[in-house]
Amino acid sequence: MSSPADRLVYMANQIGTFFRSQGHDKAVPGIADHIKKFWDPRMKRAIFAHLDAGGAGLEPNVIEALTSLKQSLPAAS
Amino acid sequence: MSLIEEIDFGTPRSKSETMVTLTIDGNEVTVPEGTSIMRAAMDAGHQIPKLCATDMVDAFGSCRLCVVEIEGRAGTPASCTTPAMNGLVVHTQSEKLKKLRKGVMELYISDHPLDCLTCGANGDCELQDMAGAVGLRDVRYGYEGENHVFAKSHGEINAAWMPKDESNPYFTYDPSKCIVCSRCVRACEEVQGTFALTISGRGFDSRVSPGMSESFLGSECVSCGACVQACPTATLTEKSVIEIGQPEHSVVTTCAYCGVGCTFKAEMRGEEVVRMVPYKDGKANRGHSCVKGRFAWGYTNHKERILNPMIRERIEDPWKEVSWDEAFSFAAAKMRGIQKKYGRDAIGGITSSRCTNEETYLVQKLIRAGFGNNNVDTCARVCHSPTGYGLSVTFGTSAGTQDFDSVEDTDVAMIIGANPASAHPVFASRLKKRLRQGAKLIVIDPRRTEMVESPHVKALHLPLMPGTNVAVVTALAHVIVTEGLANEAFIRERCDWSEFEEWAAFVAQPKHSPEATAILTGVDPTVLREAARIYATGGNGAIYYGLGVTEHSQGSTTVIAIANLAMVTGNIGRPGVGVNPLRGQNNVQGACDMGSFPHELPGYRHISGEAVRDQFEALWNVKLNPEPGLRIPNMFDAAIEGTFMGIYVQGEDILQSDPNTKHVVAALSAMECVIVHDLFLNETANYAHVFLPGSSFLEKDGTFTNAERRIQRIRKVMTPKNGMADWEVTIGLAKAMGFEMNYSHPSEIMDEIAALTPTFTGVSYAKLDELGSVQWPCNEKAPEGTPVMHIDGFVRGKGKFIVTEYVATDERTGPRFPLLLTTGRILSQYNVGAQTRRTENVVWHAEDRLEIHPHDAELRGVRDGDWVRLKSRAGETTLRAEITDRVSPGVVYTTFHHPDTQANVITTEYSDWATNCPEYKVTAVQISPSNGPSDWQKSYDEQARHSRRIAPAEAAE
Repeated sequence: MSSPADRLVYMANQIGTFFRSQGHDKAVPGIADHIKKFWDPRMKRAIFAHLDAGGAGLEPNVIEALTSLKQSLPAAS
Repeated sequence: MSLIEEIDFGTPRSKSETMVTLTIDGNEVTVPEGTSIMRAAMDAGHQIPKLCATDMVDAFGSCRLCVVEIEGRAGTPASCTTPAMNGLVVHTQSEKLKKLRKGVMELYISDHPLDCLTCGANGDCELQDMAGAVGLRDVRYGYEGENHVFAKSHGEINAAWMPKDESNPYFTYDPSKCIVCSRCVRACEEVQGTFALTISGRGFDSRVSPGMSESFLGSECVSCGACVQACPTATLTEKSVIEIGQPEHSVVTTCAYCGVGCTFKAEMRGEEVVRMVPYKDGKANRGHSCVKGRFAWGYTNHKERILNPMIRERIEDPWKEVSWDEAFSFAAAKMRGIQKKYGRDAIGGITSSRCTNEETYLVQKLIRAGFGNNNVDTCARVCHSPTGYGLSVTFGTSAGTQDFDSVEDTDVAMIIGANPASAHPVFASRLKKRLRQGAKLIVIDPRRTEMVESPHVKALHLPLMPGTNVAVVTALAHVIVTEGLANEAFIRERCDWSEFEEWAAFVAQPKHSPEATAILTGVDPTVLREAARIYATGGNGAIYYGLGVTEHSQGSTTVIAIANLAMVTGNIGRPGVGVNPLRGQNNVQGACDMGSFPHELPGYRHISGEAVRDQFEALWNVKLNPEPGLRIPNMFDAAIEGTFMGIYVQGEDILQSDPNTKHVVAALSAMECVIVHDLFLNETANYAHVFLPGSSFLEKDGTFTNAERRIQRIRKVMTPKNGMADWEVTIGLAKAMGFEMNYSHPSEIMDEIAALTPTFTGVSYAKLDELGSVQWPCNEKAPEGTPVMHIDGFVRGKGKFIVTEYVATDERTGPRFPLLLTTGRILSQYNVGAQTRRTENVVWHAEDRLEIHPHDAELRGVRDGDWVRLKSRAGETTLRAEITDRVSPGVVYTTFHHPDTQANVITTEYSDWATNCPEYKVTAVQISPSNGPSDWQKSYDEQARHSRRIAPAEAAE
């Protein structure tokens, strides 16, 4: 966990892992909601920037969740 | 103000609801069945003379001073052991009784020193009182006979005489003053549950004996003070009383150590504390205490306390003592400067779980309204934040469900990842009392803690590998579901049935069975199945858990799994059951309630909620930021990144208590302004630019909220030694930053909290003074508070089952780091030790030791007491080894009370997925013999020494 981006990717995937067992349809909004509620704007901006740069390392559910979250939060991006 | 004298009724209260009526000295008295005649008489205001009876322990009937006459019955029965019955006619005073009592007292006094004037108990001695009560004027036997009083008798050495035992740092045992009433022995057994004391010998040879005639310090005694409190003479006396004298007034207040929140009387002489005595009406402790609250308050006037504000430009400079105004304006200029340079969000603060609700509330208010961001967090981040998350998603509230009294109705207690005997001792004593009455105990812990095996207690122990909590708790659920032990009626009525079905199908999968998971968890499947059956079918099942649950990368998942377990068995919503987080610090619950988390306003309402924000904005007269702020670990990351440059830390030592010390050092060093507000120059202060001296719990008014949601007053018994209570300091800093907060007393702050928080609307200082304490929610629906939650339904509506998949932590053992390190507490020390290390408690625990199994020790050539190097992927430190089979092979354990141990140099930055609560409880390590402190320890120590220098004051011209 060296760079700040790596750390955020790690954290986002950890959240993704918890929700994975609830199935895709619950997991995606679950992850989005969790990040929306608990991440500070600079963390959100950084992960969205990472997403825009290809989202390397992010799990599929997390990518989907972040994409939808980013669209719903125009101000934060 | 005067000394609060609590009535001693002589025998414990009967809980019976059947009443009986009798006549005592011509007065009709009605009492619950099972009440002793002694207690019934006291109820009617008649005190029967007594020595061996006290209402903290059961009647014993040995002193024969409390004899009475009952019409129609022969003889003179002891009133302490004779139960009240309908129609009895009792006389407590008659010629015959007077003679008998005088005779008893003569015998006692014939073997007791007559040094009353110079005796430590002078003014507080029941023997003296009773001599007065029975009118003793003469001792016919003289004092020359065989005795325990004099070192020499008739020129010869008196073998029956024993010298004073002063080994305990807080109290003395003077056998020459002992009347062998055995109150101390019974208090140790019945109240504390340690069984350290006994009466050795018979007849005239009977002596109170710690262990096998050992010293108090050398025995199993845990120094809880129950024996001292029970002693009617000067035999067991606080050293502070011997030194100072008897107190003249007392004030009821709340202990500032753990989350049990014991009520104490601070017994005072002027502004000097003579002693702290547990208060019988305290609803958390019911008159009991532990070594910390009872005795370890000396830190409040320790010489290392800093009493003047200090500032410095760079952390390499020595501190400069300045006036409060100068410190405030220096700090304010720095913080505002950072905001100008790096943006509004570049500063933040940490509220203290050791400070009061009112102080915590003010700090978060300063940050949200004064700093204009939500970068506020609290040390609950590193302990119970997963509790907040897990219980709120399943039940709808971020708190324990019961009061501590509930344990008296518990049939099966399950303790997960907690060691109450060390960390929450008064609760442990209350639990042990219930266990001795027959309740069962299950302990899930990697270590064989003091709870697993103690006198008259034998728990079913599930020694799991650290990091496998979710697998174990889910396996318990598997057994309950697949063996048909689920409480279907409860689930259908209280929970969402379809969510339950989904969850049940998940846990029923064979891969969650105890047999399938044993390879990961190391827990014997037969034992696990037995535990599940006992919990599900053994009557009222209560779960108590601690940081062994929360401080994992799956901490929140385990809390959810625990909530699932309580719901599936219907163990929620009545006395004796529930889910009970044991909180580490006195006011962790309160700090969380008061909006210390970056995403929540007071009362656990998300900052994004417009209606809630409106309410606060209207009263605070500011615009609030709707986005959540940084959590502590995020603050550190942002500091290293260069976007978070200033912090106000109230009463919290983040450098010692947070994981991966090197990372924290890097973060603090990167900041341009670190403000530490504390009693001592703690470890964090080594990296601080401003030091604001704090006030102790004895020096201010306020409230703490304990683990059972109980809001209790702390009361000022002395002037703040630093000149200001902590809430005043925060107001001063805020003012210098251009944000005015006007309060003249903490009660006004509580009024504001009550006005803004739906679960607190009924709370006021007037109500707390009237009722002693209340448990939130306290509002129009529950004007006197709520001892047990979720009685008719869950706060969130339907209880929510959530699937809990076990995911192994990324902190793995391997060839380089083959052992798992886990951490905990010891009884005599508290948290980072800032307080307890500055008391005599160090006699019990002068250093942190590494517990290691004999097998692992032998493989590495480590002997007991050797220095060992403890190395993880994050760092290395050294400490001395203690070889013990309390830990399993493959697991090592240490405490983190001493800064020089640097246990957190070892711990990693892995954290809980939901809350970023650090994974303290699992670190892969290797151990090897060592010669002494590591290079890091040496350089750290040097930096700390250098950083703590205070420049001498300039001479006045």
